[in-house]
Amino acid sequence: MSGHSTYVPKSGFEKWLDTRLPIIRFADDTLMSFPTPKNLNYWWTFGGILSFMLATMIVTGIVLAMHYVASTELAFASVEHIMRDVNFGWLIRYIHANGASMFFLAVYIHIFRGLYYGSYKAPREILWILGCLIFLLMIATAFLGYTLPWGQMSFWGATVITNLFSAIPLVGKAIQTWLWGGFSVDQPTLNRFFSLHYLLPFVIAGVVVLHIWALHVPGNNNPLGINVKGPQDTVPFHPYYTSKDGFAIAVFLVVYMGFVFFQPEFFGNADNSIPANPMVTPEHIVPEWYLLPFYAILRSIPDKLMGVTAMFGAIALLFVLPWLDTSRVRSARFRPIYQIFFWLFVIAAVTLGWCGSQPPEGNALIISRIAAAWYFLHFLVIVPVVGLFETPRPLPDSISKPVLGGAAPAGAVHAPPKQ
Amino acid sequence: MINENTRNGGLTMRISGLKLAAVLLLAAGPVFAAEKPEPPKKQKWSFEEPLGTFDRAALQRGFQVYKEVCSSCHSLKFVTFGMLAEKGGPGFSEPEAKALAAGYKKEIPDETGQPKEVPRTLADTFPAPYPNEEAARASNGGALPPDLSLMPKARKEGPDYIFSLVSGFEDAPAGVTMRAGMHYNPYFPGHQIAMSPPLSQDRVTYADGTPATVPQMAHDVVTFLSWAAEPKMEERKHIGLNVMIYLVLLSILLYWTKRRVWRDVH
Amino acid sequence: MAEAHSEDVTRRDFLYVASGGFVAVGAAFAAWPFIHQMNPAANVLAMSTTEVDLGPIETGQSIKVMWQGKPVFVRRRTPDEIKAAQSVTMADLKDPKSENANLKTAADASDANRVIKPEWLIVVGVCTHLGCVPLVNEGEYHGWFCPCHGSVYDTSGRIRKGPAPANLPVPPYKFESDTKILIG
Repeated sequence: MSGHSTYVPKSGFEKWLDTRLPIIRFADDTLMSFPTPKNLNYWWTFGGILSFMLATMIVTGIVLAMHYVASTELAFASVEHIMRDVNFGWLIRYIHANGASMFFLAVYIHIFRGLYYGSYKAPREILWILGCLIFLLMIATAFLGYTLPWGQMSFWGATVITNLFSAIPLVGKAIQTWLWGGFSVDQPTLNRFFSLHYLLPFVIAGVVVLHIWALHVPGNNNPLGINVKGPQDTVPFHPYYTSKDGFAIAVFLVVYMGFVFFQPEFFGNADNSIPANPMVTPEHIVPEWYLLPFYAILRSIPDKLMGVTAMFGAIALLFVLPWLDTSRVRSARFRPIYQIFFWLFVIAAVTLGWCGSQPPEGNALIISRIAAAWYFLHFLVIVPVVGLFETPRPLPDSISKPVLGGAAPAGAVHAPPKQ
Repeated sequence: MINENTRNGGLTMRISGLKLAAVLLLAAGPVFAAEKPEPPKKQKWSFEEPLGTFDRAALQRGFQVYKEVCSSCHSLKFVTFGMLAEKGGPGFSEPEAKALAAGYKKEIPDETGQPKEVPRTLADTFPAPYPNEEAARASNGGALPPDLSLMPKARKEGPDYIFSLVSGFEDAPAGVTMRAGMHYNPYFPGHQIAMSPPLSQDRVTYADGTPATVPQMAHDVVTFLSWAAEPKMEERKHIGLNVMIYLVLLSILLYWTKRRVWRDVH
Repeated sequence: MAEAHSEDVTRRDFLYVASGGFVAVGAAFAAWPFIHQMNPAANVLAMSTTEVDLGPIETGQSIKVMWQGKPVFVRRRTPDEIKAAQSVTMADLKDPKSENANLKTAADASDANRVIKPEWLIVVGVCTHLGCVPLVNEGEYHGWFCPCHGSVYDTSGRIRKGPAPANLPVPPYKFESDTKILIG
């Protein structure tokens, strides 16, 4: 909860600086003294992991940009130059490419944590919306970045996605030509995609600042979903959560570096080791795994414009989730019916991911339509309805007393306690 | 190209069109069979182990196979002669690699602008077998022999696939009509490939005396190409082992640190 | 809150110091690739030699070749130029060092330490003041003259007048034959 600052400058220099630019005070208030609920579990470490990943992607990206050439003639060769000639180029490239997958793995866990514990509910609606915006920017950044190696999948993935824009009535074709800078994905497209791919991560960083600011106004949610009542419920962020986040990042790194050093091509597609050829379409055009669920939604609908609308709609729906959920209880720990539907939603999302990797025909197409329907059903019907009719489990009094005290009269079921 | 006037950019049409064609063709009698390729024969590759390395002798033999068999049609444009002398590779010394390079010529302009031939250096690659794509296609019945620098990465199960392909040529089964100039290979999509079988018994004479059977040559050239696709592989795994050990120890230390910090709260 | 016994403090501090140190060591190893990637890549290092055919160069003539992106003067000196270069005393020189990459140990800037064969002077054509390319056969000593700020070099490429602090460096080179040298 954003209360008053507790920072006391010690040295002469600190006092001098504090009256001119209170940056140490700001760091102390935000990252050290900040009162954080003491019951956060490891699902809460993914915010720190995501910040680490953003920094990693920016640093590796800037370094790669020192060697990459955004020309259709030279892009593929420049990536091979990085892999073969540049000192540790292979390492930096693999950290960046696998980092994208790890970034999305972490963001999906972070999002599902929010869905489970009701972190999107009042008063954290803006926090949630900013998070959705970061997710959208991440998707755009990843799409742009995947084009840059100018392999077959780079080129054809870009072709498929930019072709979607022509579905927009009236202005679609004009927008498509404008995006391309020509009559198809070609040099002008590659050049601007490189520029935008370099730009967007810094936009993400800015929105992350707002995201953390919006978090610090009400303070963190917690696994019980109940409000902090006082200092007895919190601990300072440092050293409690700096040490916990540090440990979590180390474990995350074990997985991440496991891929980088021992399975660096695991998430990749063989077709992207073939230079882009506008005359030859790969047998199966697929995006990277983290975009597969949305790809599946796109292809599940036979009409082009409706498919595009459904795909973007699936993401847009996330933004309004705070107003779709009618429950007065935040955490799924106390929502036995919602819990079941939460896991069904997880199954639907993973299924959609698998569907996205398959050609849209036969059983795979049927399953993707069912799973896509379930995705929309979950947000538009299940979430509003369950909140209205579910009887939540009794909430604890406070974080410091997680077990119901003897004071509660047996069998008493009042309206859910005020949050 | 993607057809804008159809749903999903024509992908569904192309795929269902392919299925339709396949059904019709299979029913009518396979003339242009859209046959699915046989799954590649699984091999054991030393370099696919988590801490595996390249078999140095196989790399050298495989290089000989590339040089004497494949390089007449397939370029290797991302591999320089200097890389042959790098650590983790076939293990040529720098003078050996230099001599190898000097065995090939390249043209540079002289003082009057006329082309003159000079020997290739460590910084150069193998000469491209054809000056451009058109010449390559003209010499190969319209087909383009692809560059091999990344071939093991450019195909699913690349090493097994290439091994199966180059050693798996067969006579066409009864009832299959081959198009002119094509050869039957069950591992290639469509089962008809423009490349004639490149390997036959004793096609090369190995410097180390190893019998040059077709499976042996296939195994060796795949090993060489797998190195060519990622010359840094051995360095990657070596550093990787150290990094994983460090990270596991770091996790343990940071876990104890976290427990220590949280002791009073728990 | 548990009391902090002195034993506890040292044990706790040790763990924190050990963890912090372990992180710092890891960070240093992790930082190195990001720094080293800016050093010349393998293909740049491989291109670091230039061959020069001396056959077409006449006595008194100087040509300019490119080596590692920089101009290098290959000058076939006349007997007069050689004599002038050899008769200079070290005390007259602004930079008494040989500035010769071919010599293993430090040596003075006598002409013998500036060439392999006296007839051929090979120096990097980058003025040691601020990097301009000097003009050959110009200046009081008939060596080079740099028009940017007036540095004057002699027929051994040594700085004699002007703001440049050092002699034109002699790059590493060797004679592959009487008519061919390899620079780098």
